Amino acid sequence: MDVLLLSRIQFALTVGFHYLYPPLSIGLGVLLVIMEGLWLKTRDPVYHQMARFWTKVFALTFAIGVATGIVMEFEFGTNWAAYSRYVGDVFGSALAAEGIFAFFLESGFLALLLFGWDKVGPRMHFFATCMVCLGAHFSAIWIVVANSWMHTPAGFHVVGEGLAARAEITDFWAMVFNPSSVQRLSHVLCGAWQAGASLVVSVGAWYLLKRRHMEFARRSLRAGLVLGLAASLGQLATGHASAVGVARHQPAKLAAFEGLYATTTNAPLNLWGWVDEAGERLRFGVGIPGLLSRMVHGEAGQPVRGLAEFARADRPPVPLTYLSYHGMLGLGMGLLALNGLAAFLEWRGTLVRKRWLLWVLVLGVLGPQLANQLGWLAAEVGRQPWIVHGLLRTSDALSPTVTAPMVVTSLVLFGLVYVLLFAAFVCLLNDKIQHGPDAADLAPAGKHALPDAGRSAG
Amino acid sequence: MDLNTTWFVLIGVLFAGYAMLDGFDLGVGALHLFTDTDDERRIMLNAIGPVWDGNEVWLVTGGGALFAAFPNVYATAFSGFYLAFVLLLVALIFRAVAIEFRSKRPGRRWRQSWDVGFSLGSVLSSLLIGVVLGNLAWGVPVDARGEISGSFLGLLHPYALLLGATTVALFTMHGAIYIQMKTEGDLQRKSRLWTRRAIAGFIVCYAATTVATLVSLPHMTERLRNQPWLFSIAALALLAIANVPREIRRGREFRAFLSSCGAIAGLMGLFALGMYPNLIYSHPFPEHSLNIHNAASSPRTLRIMLVIAATGVPLVVAYTASIYWVFRGKVRLDRTSY
Repeated sequence: MDVLLLSRIQFALTVGFHYLYPPLSIGLGVLLVIMEGLWLKTRDPVYHQMARFWTKVFALTFAIGVATGIVMEFEFGTNWAAYSRYVGDVFGSALAAEGIFAFFLESGFLALLLFGWDKVGPRMHFFATCMVCLGAHFSAIWIVVANSWMHTPAGFHVVGEGLAARAEITDFWAMVFNPSSVQRLSHVLCGAWQAGASLVVSVGAWYLLKRRHMEFARRSLRAGLVLGLAASLGQLATGHASAVGVARHQPAKLAAFEGLYATTTNAPLNLWGWVDEAGERLRFGVGIPGLLSRMVHGEAGQPVRGLAEFARADRPPVPLTYLSYHGMLGLGMGLLALNGLAAFLEWRGTLVRKRWLLWVLVLGVLGPQLANQLGWLAAEVGRQPWIVHGLLRTSDALSPTVTAPMVVTSLVLFGLVYVLLFAAFVCLLNDKIQHGPDAADLAPAGKHALPDAGRSAG
Repeated sequence: MDLNTTWFVLIGVLFAGYAMLDGFDLGVGALHLFTDTDDERRIMLNAIGPVWDGNEVWLVTGGGALFAAFPNVYATAFSGFYLAFVLLLVALIFRAVAIEFRSKRPGRRWRQSWDVGFSLGSVLSSLLIGVVLGNLAWGVPVDARGEISGSFLGLLHPYALLLGATTVALFTMHGAIYIQMKTEGDLQRKSRLWTRRAIAGFIVCYAATTVATLVSLPHMTERLRNQPWLFSIAALALLAIANVPREIRRGREFRAFLSSCGAIAGLMGLFALGMYPNLIYSHPFPEHSLNIHNAASSPRTLRIMLVIAATGVPLVVAYTASIYWVFRGKVRLDRTSY
């Protein structure tokens, strides 16, 4: 295999593995704020128990997120040196801003969140929880801004020619608010909230099935369902906005999403089908006529550009883009239905009796994770052959001095380490779930002690 | 001071901050296996527990700032030192997850495996950081395209290995003093012995590095010879180093720790003075060196970044200081501990 393919596989592997964790941290972060906020407001010890338990799970996901996140920052330089030279002026600034504004905030207050329960007062602790959650969101903002610039570059000009050419910032805020930043960020955040929420729902449902920690399980489940439902609904709006943005700015990508080869009016939104790349058509396509045109342009009579309009060298790999996009879409719809149904039944008070649905919710934790992975796959593979859309090709972005054996070595090394990490993570998460919430946390002590408990103990 | 020099200094400050802060975490890692009781190992882990993560951010942010301010240096160094950086990543991953994972299961084999991962990860990280610095000082074969052409084994020449050993010794000393400061009783008695030995080891390495640099790297000392007042920085570094054993003998660990921080800052300062204005010195073709001008981003970007730094750094300093304040004093294990 050549260096290009190996480097792409390595980046996909490392970023894909990394991306199992930050969405959990972001989603759990929001839920921690809600749980601890409810604890401070109501002084109901179950909320205290929930905040304590989920903080421990949060710590686990956060640690792996941090450890595997630094890999990508290094990889821009190690494997994609030509890319780094080309975009450093623009992309580097967003990355540095992420470090300064997000990582320090997160990691500093994380210490208080994890170890500060008895070092600072309850309000200060709650503040720290909010700051960790905010830091996790800041981090998403800056990295998605940097990534969005690679899809819809703005606020820059190209200086120099040939190998010496590079992008330089002309307008920082135009770079930050490039045409796809806001839609993509909101889409990513909704996906992260779904991931965190579904973990909480999954564990809650499992306890209900096993008739353990019922009160804890019920309330965790509810909190997760509320956030999960809100985020699933948000995906409809943000997903639609993202697709319209793709149609406007990356028409070849949209055509690949839909497996659309010929430019047509009344273009259908496909629900099913198989891309025949050699024959340049979609086989077994089942779609809703006119819906794609309608969604992109607001009316069915408008044409949607097909792949045939683009030179073969400028098209993304269609089958992979098509399948990952439709996989994400299907999962997204399924998650919305699942969340809606579960939330409705819980509101009616009958969810606990629907054991089959509880089992689906237990397994539902995989849904957002898979959808997030597929969504990124569709977004990044769909941008090919460009690394920066319209400016720099992925094949021109490599490190000139790095050879295939070197990348094989690092790829094998990362592969082994990540298998080990994942196994350890699953073991520890399972331990934590089997152990369950601490009964001791139902009687908060120290600085979190209830006023009555304090008096009787004193 | 022009914009490019300002960024040279700022990136130096970020990396020096990393060395001072994560330096003691890595040093604690190097010492981790020298105690064999589970409680003592836990106390050592929890001494760095609340802070190691924030300390590592200095490296991440330093890397990001280097990417933004001097993208050519970032690209050349990271791709040129490919395997070294991949190993550094793996070492840092093990260090990080071992801290988090180790005490989460009671099993002996589980804990021992992560103990080894934590310790080896820490030592390997320190060693590789030193080897990379050693190569930057020695000079690397940068070609006319601005790329480093050389193999991984080529990085392991004696001077680079000496700087690697010096870095391990320096961080071990720094970590030993930190442990001595944060513990009491038996563990503190043990850490006194570690501190004494680490100081001795570091002073031997430091002397050897100084002699080797003076003898074989004239370009690293040229600026000092031309502007003799800069020798005051070398003198300050020497004083800070000499002050470490003095404070330790008097039982003033906190002051010894500050001195050790001063020593790290002084040594990083000397390194930066030797390199300036180069960021990657090309040997044997000095004309291909990457410096603060031919490797920099546009002035506009450097100015934007300065605004970002001016906004962010005061905040960073404020909450870093508060976290250290909240977690001051001796370590005690409780139910939130690792």
